[in-house]
Amino acid sequence: MTDMLKIADKDYSSRLLVGTGKYKNLDETKHAIEASGAEIVTVAIRRTNIGQHQDEANLLDVISPDRYTILPNTAGCYDADSAIRTCQLARELLDGHDLVKLEVLGDEKTLYPDVPQTLEAAKSLIKDGFKVMVYTTDDPIMAMRFEEMGCIAVMPLAAPIGSGLGIRNPHTIRTIVENANVPIIVDAGVGTASDAAIAMELGCDGVLMNTAIAEADDPILMATAMKKGIEAGRDAYLAGRMPRRAYASASSPLDGKFF
Amino acid sequence: MEVLLNGEKYTVSAPCSITDLISLLQLQGKYAIEINQAIIPKSEYTTVAIRENDTIEIVQAIGGG
Repeated sequence: MTDMLKIADKDYSSRLLVGTGKYKNLDETKHAIEASGAEIVTVAIRRTNIGQHQDEANLLDVISPDRYTILPNTAGCYDADSAIRTCQLARELLDGHDLVKLEVLGDEKTLYPDVPQTLEAAKSLIKDGFKVMVYTTDDPIMAMRFEEMGCIAVMPLAAPIGSGLGIRNPHTIRTIVENANVPIIVDAGVGTASDAAIAMELGCDGVLMNTAIAEADDPILMATAMKKGIEAGRDAYLAGRMPRRAYASASSPLDGKFF
Repeated sequence: MEVLLNGEKYTVSAPCSITDLISLLQLQGKYAIEINQAIIPKSEYTTVAIRENDTIEIVQAIGGG
Protein backbone atom coordinates (compact mmCIF):
# COMPACT_ATOMS: atom_id res chain seq x y z
CA MET A 1 0.00 0.00 0.00
CA THR A 2 1.59 3.26 -1.05
CA ASP A 3 -1.01 6.00 -0.61
CA MET A 4 -1.73 5.91 3.08
CA LEU A 5 -3.02 8.51 5.50
CA LYS A 6 -0.61 8.83 8.41
CA ILE A 7 -2.10 10.02 11.69
CA ALA A 8 0.06 9.95 14.84
CA ASP A 9 2.55 7.50 13.27
CA LYS A 10 -0.14 5.05 12.21
CA ASP A 11 -0.99 4.36 8.57
CA TYR A 12 -4.58 4.19 7.41
CA SER A 13 -5.79 3.05 4.01
CA SER A 14 -9.11 4.89 4.38
CA ARG A 15 -9.21 8.67 4.16
CA LEU A 16 -12.78 8.82 5.38
CA LEU A 17 -13.26 9.46 9.10
CA VAL A 18 -16.76 9.08 10.46
CA GLY A 19 -18.82 10.04 13.46
CA THR A 20 -21.24 7.82 15.35
CA GLY A 21 -23.99 10.31 16.19
CA LYS A 22 -27.58 10.60 14.97
CA TYR A 23 -28.07 6.96 13.94
CA LYS A 24 -31.37 5.23 14.68
CA ASN A 25 -29.70 2.56 16.75
CA LEU A 26 -26.37 0.85 17.36
CA ASP A 27 -27.06 -1.73 14.66
CA GLU A 28 -27.41 0.98 12.02
CA THR A 29 -24.30 2.69 13.41
CA LYS A 30 -22.32 -0.52 13.08
CA HIS A 31 -23.41 -1.27 9.52
CA ALA A 32 -22.98 2.29 8.25
CA ILE A 33 -19.48 2.48 9.67
CA GLU A 34 -18.56 -0.87 8.19
CA ALA A 35 -19.89 0.26 4.80
CA SER A 36 -17.90 3.50 4.97
CA GLY A 37 -14.63 1.59 5.30
CA ALA A 38 -13.53 4.16 7.89
CA GLU A 39 -10.79 3.17 10.30
CA ILE A 40 -10.94 6.27 12.50
CA VAL A 41 -14.27 6.78 14.27
CA THR A 42 -15.30 9.66 16.49
CA VAL A 43 -17.25 9.31 19.72
CA ALA A 44 -18.62 11.76 22.28
CA ILE A 45 -18.06 11.54 26.04
CA ARG A 46 -21.19 11.86 28.16
CA ARG A 47 -22.61 10.83 31.50
CA THR A 48 -23.37 7.15 31.83
CA ASN A 49 -27.07 6.43 32.08
CA ILE A 50 -27.17 5.08 35.61
CA GLY A 51 -30.44 3.26 35.16
CA GLN A 52 -29.25 1.48 32.01
CA HIS A 53 -30.08 -2.20 31.72
CA GLN A 54 -27.12 -4.46 32.22
CA ASP A 55 -27.60 -6.23 28.91
CA GLU A 56 -27.98 -3.02 26.89
CA ALA A 57 -25.12 -2.71 24.39
CA ASN A 58 -22.67 0.17 24.61
CA LEU A 59 -21.26 1.99 21.60
CA LEU A 60 -17.79 0.55 22.15
CA ASP A 61 -19.26 -2.97 22.04
CA VAL A 62 -20.22 -2.44 18.39
CA ILE A 63 -17.39 -0.05 17.47
CA SER A 64 -14.56 -1.94 19.09
CA PRO A 65 -11.34 -0.12 19.96
CA ASP A 66 -9.57 -3.32 18.83
CA ARG A 67 -10.82 -2.79 15.30
CA TYR A 68 -11.14 1.00 15.00
CA THR A 69 -9.05 3.94 16.11
CA ILE A 70 -11.43 5.68 18.49
CA LEU A 71 -11.29 9.46 18.27
CA PRO A 72 -13.03 11.03 21.26
CA ASN A 73 -14.35 14.51 20.57
CA THR A 74 -15.06 17.50 22.76
CA ALA A 75 -18.39 18.27 21.11
CA GLY A 76 -20.62 20.50 23.17
CA CYS A 77 -17.71 22.28 24.88
CA TYR A 78 -17.87 26.07 24.76
CA ASP A 79 -14.72 26.81 26.74
CA ALA A 80 -11.18 25.46 26.92
CA ASP A 81 -11.55 24.04 30.43
CA SER A 82 -14.47 21.75 29.66
CA ALA A 83 -12.72 20.56 26.48
CA ILE A 84 -9.55 19.74 28.42
CA ARG A 85 -11.56 17.94 31.10
CA THR A 86 -13.40 15.92 28.44
CA CYS A 87 -10.10 14.86 26.83
CA GLN A 88 -8.66 13.80 30.16
CA LEU A 89 -11.73 11.68 30.93
CA ALA A 90 -11.57 10.18 27.44
CA ARG A 91 -7.93 9.21 27.92
CA GLU A 92 -8.75 7.48 31.19
CA LEU A 93 -11.80 5.82 29.65
CA LEU A 94 -9.78 4.51 26.69
CA ASP A 95 -6.90 3.20 28.83
CA GLY A 96 -4.39 5.92 27.99
CA HIS A 97 -5.29 6.42 24.32
CA ASP A 98 -4.22 10.02 23.74
CA LEU A 99 -5.56 10.90 20.28
CA VAL A 100 -8.38 13.45 20.51
CA LYS A 101 -10.52 15.61 18.29
CA LEU A 102 -10.53 19.04 19.88
CA GLU A 103 -13.45 21.31 19.19
CA VAL A 104 -14.37 24.35 21.24
CA LEU A 105 -17.52 25.93 19.96
CA GLY A 106 -18.51 29.57 19.80
CA ASP A 107 -22.30 29.51 19.69
CA GLU A 108 -25.17 27.11 19.30
CA LYS A 109 -26.57 28.63 16.14
CA THR A 110 -23.47 28.23 13.97
CA LEU A 111 -21.40 25.75 16.02
CA TYR A 112 -18.48 27.76 14.68
CA PRO A 113 -15.19 27.19 16.47
CA ASP A 114 -14.18 29.64 19.20
CA VAL A 115 -10.62 29.95 17.95
CA PRO A 116 -9.03 31.72 20.96
CA GLN A 117 -10.49 29.09 23.32
CA THR A 118 -9.42 26.33 20.93
CA LEU A 119 -5.85 27.68 20.91
CA GLU A 120 -5.79 27.75 24.70
CA ALA A 121 -7.11 24.20 24.96
CA ALA A 122 -4.74 22.90 22.26
CA LYS A 123 -1.73 24.38 24.00
CA SER A 124 -2.64 22.81 27.32
CA LEU A 125 -3.52 19.41 25.83
CA ILE A 126 -0.32 19.18 23.79
CA LYS A 127 1.69 20.01 26.90
CA ASP A 128 -0.19 17.23 28.69
CA GLY A 129 0.87 14.71 26.03
CA PHE A 130 -2.27 14.56 23.90
CA LYS A 131 -2.15 14.15 20.15
CA VAL A 132 -4.55 16.83 19.02
CA MET A 133 -6.57 16.84 15.83
CA VAL A 134 -8.11 20.27 15.85
CA TYR A 135 -11.43 21.44 14.42
CA THR A 136 -11.11 25.06 13.35
CA THR A 137 -12.23 27.68 10.89
CA ASP A 138 -11.07 27.56 7.27
CA ASP A 139 -8.56 30.30 8.02
CA PRO A 140 -5.13 29.60 6.47
CA ILE A 141 -3.25 31.58 9.11
CA MET A 142 -4.97 29.84 12.01
CA ALA A 143 -4.29 26.49 10.37
CA MET A 144 -0.58 27.35 10.32
CA ARG A 145 -0.66 28.45 13.94
CA PHE A 146 -2.25 25.17 15.05
CA GLU A 147 0.35 23.24 13.08
CA GLU A 148 3.22 25.29 14.57
CA MET A 149 2.01 24.68 18.11
CA GLY A 150 2.06 20.93 17.56
CA CYS A 151 -1.40 19.79 16.50
CA ILE A 152 -0.98 16.55 14.56
CA ALA A 153 -3.82 17.33 12.14
CA VAL A 154 -5.76 20.46 11.29
CA MET A 155 -9.43 20.03 10.48
CA PRO A 156 -11.05 23.08 8.93
CA LEU A 157 -14.79 23.20 8.47
CA ALA A 158 -16.14 23.29 4.93
CA ALA A 159 -19.51 24.58 6.16
CA PRO A 160 -21.24 24.57 9.56
CA ILE A 161 -21.52 21.25 11.42
CA GLY A 162 -24.54 19.27 10.25
CA SER A 163 -25.44 21.80 7.55
CA GLY A 164 -24.63 19.67 4.52
CA LEU A 165 -23.88 22.84 2.56
CA GLY A 166 -20.75 21.41 0.95
CA ILE A 167 -17.37 23.05 0.40
CA ARG A 168 -18.32 26.72 0.71
CA ASN A 169 -14.85 28.11 0.19
CA PRO A 170 -12.60 25.85 -1.86
CA HIS A 171 -9.98 28.58 -2.18
CA THR A 172 -9.23 28.79 1.53
CA ILE A 173 -9.22 25.00 1.84
CA ARG A 174 -6.72 24.79 -1.01
CA THR A 175 -4.53 27.46 0.57
CA ILE A 176 -4.57 25.60 3.89
CA VAL A 177 -3.54 22.41 2.10
CA GLU A 178 -0.73 24.16 0.21
CA ASN A 179 0.76 25.57 3.41
CA ALA A 180 0.47 22.45 5.51
CA ASN A 181 2.96 19.85 6.69
CA VAL A 182 0.41 17.95 8.77
CA PRO A 183 -2.73 16.19 7.48
CA ILE A 184 -5.56 18.55 6.57
CA ILE A 185 -8.93 16.95 7.08
CA VAL A 186 -12.16 18.68 6.16
CA ASP A 187 -14.37 18.33 9.21
CA ALA A 188 -18.00 19.32 8.88
CA GLY A 189 -20.20 20.61 6.12
CA VAL A 190 -20.13 17.76 3.61
CA GLY A 191 -23.61 16.84 2.38
CA THR A 192 -23.15 14.23 -0.30
CA ALA A 193 -20.52 12.17 -2.09
CA SER A 194 -19.55 14.86 -4.61
CA ASP A 195 -18.73 17.22 -1.70
CA ALA A 196 -16.37 14.60 -0.31
CA ALA A 197 -14.79 14.17 -3.76
CA ILE A 198 -14.30 17.93 -4.11
CA ALA A 199 -12.54 18.12 -0.74
CA MET A 200 -10.20 15.36 -1.81
CA GLU A 201 -9.60 16.92 -5.25
CA LEU A 202 -8.50 20.08 -3.46
CA GLY A 203 -5.74 17.99 -1.91
CA CYS A 204 -7.16 17.38 1.52
CA ASP A 205 -5.76 14.33 3.27
CA GLY A 206 -9.14 13.17 4.44
CA VAL A 207 -12.71 14.11 5.30
CA LEU A 208 -14.51 13.65 8.62
CA MET A 209 -18.29 13.47 8.47
CA ASN A 210 -21.28 12.29 10.45
CA THR A 211 -24.62 13.86 9.55
CA ALA A 212 -24.25 13.40 5.78
CA ILE A 213 -24.28 9.64 6.32
CA ALA A 214 -26.53 9.36 9.38
CA GLU A 215 -29.28 11.62 8.03
CA ALA A 216 -29.39 10.10 4.55
CA ASP A 217 -32.57 8.16 3.79
CA ASP A 218 -30.37 5.09 3.51
CA PRO A 219 -27.31 5.68 5.69
CA ILE A 220 -25.59 2.45 4.73
CA LEU A 221 -25.84 3.18 1.01
CA MET A 222 -24.66 6.75 1.61
CA ALA A 223 -21.70 5.40 3.58
CA THR A 224 -20.74 3.36 0.53
CA ALA A 225 -21.19 6.40 -1.71
CA MET A 226 -18.96 8.49 0.56
CA LYS A 227 -16.26 5.82 0.47
CA LYS A 228 -16.31 5.95 -3.33
CA GLY A 229 -16.43 9.74 -3.37
CA ILE A 230 -13.37 9.95 -1.16
CA GLU A 231 -11.49 7.40 -3.27
CA ALA A 232 -12.47 9.03 -6.56
CA GLY A 233 -11.50 12.48 -5.31
CA ARG A 234 -8.17 11.25 -3.99
CA ASP A 235 -7.32 9.44 -7.24
CA ALA A 236 -8.31 12.50 -9.26
CA TYR A 237 -6.07 14.68 -7.11
CA LEU A 238 -3.13 12.30 -7.50
CA ALA A 239 -3.78 11.92 -11.22
CA GLY A 240 -3.63 15.70 -11.74
CA ARG A 241 -6.54 17.24 -13.56
CA MET A 242 -6.36 18.66 -17.10
CA PRO A 243 -5.99 22.40 -17.48
CA ARG A 244 -9.15 24.47 -17.80
CA ARG A 245 -9.56 26.16 -21.20
CA ALA A 246 -11.91 28.92 -22.22
CA TYR A 247 -12.78 27.17 -25.48
CA ALA A 248 -13.03 23.72 -27.04
CA SER A 249 -10.13 21.44 -27.87
CA ALA A 250 -11.01 18.65 -30.33
CA SER A 251 -10.51 15.12 -29.07
CA SER A 252 -10.36 13.54 -32.55
CA PRO A 253 -7.36 14.24 -34.86
CA LEU A 254 -7.68 17.02 -37.36
CA ASP A 255 -5.32 15.19 -39.78
CA GLY A 256 -6.56 12.42 -42.09
CA LYS A 257 -9.98 13.86 -42.64
CA PHE A 258 -11.51 12.52 -45.93
CA PHE A 259 -14.43 14.95 -45.97
CA MET B 1 -24.54 8.83 52.99
CA GLU B 2 -25.62 11.07 50.18
CA VAL B 3 -23.57 11.88 47.09
CA LEU B 4 -24.27 13.71 43.85
CA LEU B 5 -23.97 11.09 41.10
CA ASN B 6 -24.15 12.33 37.51
CA GLY B 7 -26.09 15.35 38.64
CA GLU B 8 -28.59 13.48 40.83
CA LYS B 9 -28.76 12.74 44.53
CA TYR B 10 -27.80 9.17 45.31
CA THR B 11 -27.51 7.29 48.58
CA VAL B 12 -24.81 4.74 49.32
CA SER B 13 -23.97 3.05 52.59
CA ALA B 14 -20.55 3.85 54.07
CA PRO B 15 -17.87 2.67 53.71
CA CYS B 16 -18.01 2.62 49.93
CA SER B 17 -15.05 2.36 47.58
CA ILE B 18 -15.34 3.07 43.88
CA THR B 19 -15.23 -0.66 43.25
CA ASP B 20 -18.24 -1.00 45.57
CA LEU B 21 -20.10 1.72 43.68
CA ILE B 22 -19.31 0.11 40.33
CA SER B 23 -20.75 -3.21 41.42
CA LEU B 24 -23.74 -1.48 43.00
CA LEU B 25 -24.47 0.27 39.71
CA GLN B 26 -23.64 -2.86 37.69
CA LEU B 27 -21.56 -0.78 35.31
CA GLN B 28 -20.54 -2.49 32.10
CA GLY B 29 -18.00 -1.68 29.40
CA LYS B 30 -15.63 1.26 29.43
CA TYR B 31 -16.12 4.29 31.62
CA ALA B 32 -14.14 6.95 33.45
CA ILE B 33 -14.82 8.34 36.89
CA GLU B 34 -14.27 11.75 38.37
CA ILE B 35 -14.76 12.69 42.01
CA ASN B 36 -15.00 16.42 42.75
CA GLN B 37 -13.53 17.07 39.30
CA ALA B 38 -10.45 14.90 39.87
CA ILE B 39 -10.11 11.86 37.62
CA ILE B 40 -9.66 8.63 39.52
CA PRO B 41 -7.30 6.21 37.74
CA LYS B 42 -8.59 2.65 37.44
CA SER B 43 -5.72 1.45 39.63
CA GLU B 44 -7.19 3.42 42.56
CA TYR B 45 -10.77 2.13 42.37
CA THR B 46 -10.34 -0.25 45.29
CA THR B 47 -8.54 2.22 47.54
CA VAL B 48 -10.42 5.49 46.99
CA ALA B 49 -13.31 5.85 49.44
CA ILE B 50 -16.39 7.84 48.57
CA ARG B 51 -17.26 10.51 51.10
CA GLU B 52 -20.46 12.29 52.05
CA ASN B 53 -21.47 14.96 49.53
CA ASP B 54 -18.89 13.92 46.92
CA THR B 55 -19.74 14.98 43.39
CA ILE B 56 -19.21 11.93 41.23
CA GLU B 57 -19.28 11.85 37.45
CA ILE B 58 -19.24 8.59 35.54
CA VAL B 59 -18.86 8.98 31.78
CA GLN B 60 -18.78 6.70 28.79
CA ALA B 61 -18.39 6.92 25.02
CA ILE B 62 -21.59 7.51 23.09
CA GLY B 63 -22.45 8.35 19.49
CA GLY B 64 -21.06 11.68 18.31
CA GLY B 65 -19.44 13.37 15.35
